[in-house]
Amino acid sequence: MAASDLARHFGNVVAVSGVTFEVGEGEIFGFLGPNGAGKSTTINMLCTLLKPTSGSAHIAGYDVVREPLKVRSHIGLVFQETTLDDYLTASENLRFHAELYGVEPEIRAERLELVLSMVGLADRRDHLVGTFSGGMKRRLEIARGLIHSPRVLFLDEPTVGLDPQTRAHIWEYIHELRDREAITIFLTTHYMDEAEHCSRIAIVDNGALVVVDTPDALKALIGKDRIELQVPDSQATIAALREQFSLEATVSEGAVTFHVADGEEFVPKLFARLGQPISSIRVSRPTLDDVFMTYTGRTIRDAEASTGERMRNHPRMRRRR
Amino acid sequence: MRLAPSNAPAVAPAHLAGGDLRSDLRAVKVVWRRELLRFFRNRLRLLTSFVQPVLFLLVLGTGFAALAPSAGNVNFKTFMFPGILAMTVLFTSLFSAISIVWDREFGFLREMLVAPVRRGAIVVGKCAGGATTAVIQGALMLLLAGLVGVPYSAILLLTLLGEMIIVAIALTALGVLLASRMSEIQSFQAVMQFIVMPMFFLSGAIFPPSNLPQWLSLLTRLDPLAYAVDPMRRAVFEHVSASPALQARLNGGITWDGWRLPIGLELGIVAAVAVVALALAVWQFSKAE
Repeated sequence: MAASDLARHFGNVVAVSGVTFEVGEGEIFGFLGPNGAGKSTTINMLCTLLKPTSGSAHIAGYDVVREPLKVRSHIGLVFQETTLDDYLTASENLRFHAELYGVEPEIRAERLELVLSMVGLADRRDHLVGTFSGGMKRRLEIARGLIHSPRVLFLDEPTVGLDPQTRAHIWEYIHELRDREAITIFLTTHYMDEAEHCSRIAIVDNGALVVVDTPDALKALIGKDRIELQVPDSQATIAALREQFSLEATVSEGAVTFHVADGEEFVPKLFARLGQPISSIRVSRPTLDDVFMTYTGRTIRDAEASTGERMRNHPRMRRRR
Repeated sequence: MRLAPSNAPAVAPAHLAGGDLRSDLRAVKVVWRRELLRFFRNRLRLLTSFVQPVLFLLVLGTGFAALAPSAGNVNFKTFMFPGILAMTVLFTSLFSAISIVWDREFGFLREMLVAPVRRGAIVVGKCAGGATTAVIQGALMLLLAGLVGVPYSAILLLTLLGEMIIVAIALTALGVLLASRMSEIQSFQAVMQFIVMPMFFLSGAIFPPSNLPQWLSLLTRLDPLAYAVDPMRRAVFEHVSASPALQARLNGGITWDGWRLPIGLELGIVAAVAVVALALAVWQFSKAE
């Protein structure tokens, strides 16, 4: 799978501004970024639901613009919003999909059995989907996305709105899946801990790729603690930090913020050598915000606030219980 | 919630059947079957959409019959019967199109639109499904023929069934076309009320379209449903013994400048509506963003 300078504009709004990347076979590739960063728009272009304004993309050797039907038969999709029919049973939903995708009748029952047991829903096959919990629906959707043996499985925020236990199970299925079907997985997320499951992560912001790297490389960077200082004079404090400790700090949400390897051991040194008054101090373990901030210079909350206005309300947020 | 063990016997990866036309036909069949599954699963809807036409026929028909002339067992209810058949098909067809809006709101439309088949096939499948459910409802109404003096003649029943199939396809396609740009169920229902009732009243289903004031008779000629009600009524009147006076009064049909349209032309008009609406609906859904 490869995208080359892929871009999409909506009127004057640039949703995705020319992204280029390649994903190898069998990779779990994560798109990480705030809501409104262009993750879903990119997925929609890759799976032929949206025409790119410019640029091109190929999946399993097929061009997403010129051969959309070929692309579609080689991909599986799990959307953010549920796209199951609540009035049909689990196996009726799967059968509908298998036939629509042209899974040969001889192996249809076998495939159905396999994907249902893979996500642990074999005993619920004849229950109406309307009676399923959010986690079960998501698992059923993953099963459905797999029944036609796609080469690439797209998962758009696969675990949003699910409880931690279900999230962990979904990830078990994803790993199992890659081992079993040698499938490439492309997913979007805004959870840092999920990004750890990926072989590579692309951080996206404002419709552009900021960095693409392995979780290890990114973790090396977030292996630092975050220190936030409330001080009377931010500028003087930043200057002092640079002078005394060679640290680059920024002001974020009213606090002077910087990163050091061992935060708790650093605090006494800070008090001894800073020479500036401090009203309060907070040391925290690294979060997604820290990675994001390191690359984009702002927190993911700031990013969501500024991009939030041009995107409509995130549908999943409204449904979240 | 345990995973299946990894050493489970390997199942062959799915091999997808090829062939463009074949996969399109398969898509039509799959979408059609889903509509039927949902239709038969929803018993309440089956019942309610049966009660309404029965009320119209037996309550409204009986009330009107007291006002209108009758001869033998031919009365106003006999006259209304084909109109009520058309009404049943009209309501079921147009409201079955609501499932497209429903599917859009609940996401299932997306599941269909990303499938590796042409979107036209999905639209045709939807129309076929909606039309089938409408004809089933209409056929249920046909069973009541005896109650209103219409004989159970095989030829008559088959003729009416055939005519209902044509009009069901036309109306479902019209409904799907209307639904193609709507994303909210409420707005679709509002538009439907705006279309269904005028279409029903102007069709001649509950009063004869002949001998009307000019402005009204002009409107009835613009109603596609009128061209379906008239052939059905003519079929019924061929199988009952009505006096010439009663015939003239109740079975005047649709005329263009004094010329009574032949049944073939009337059905041709309905079929043309079906083809145009279906083509527009396919076109609407095939436009990618």
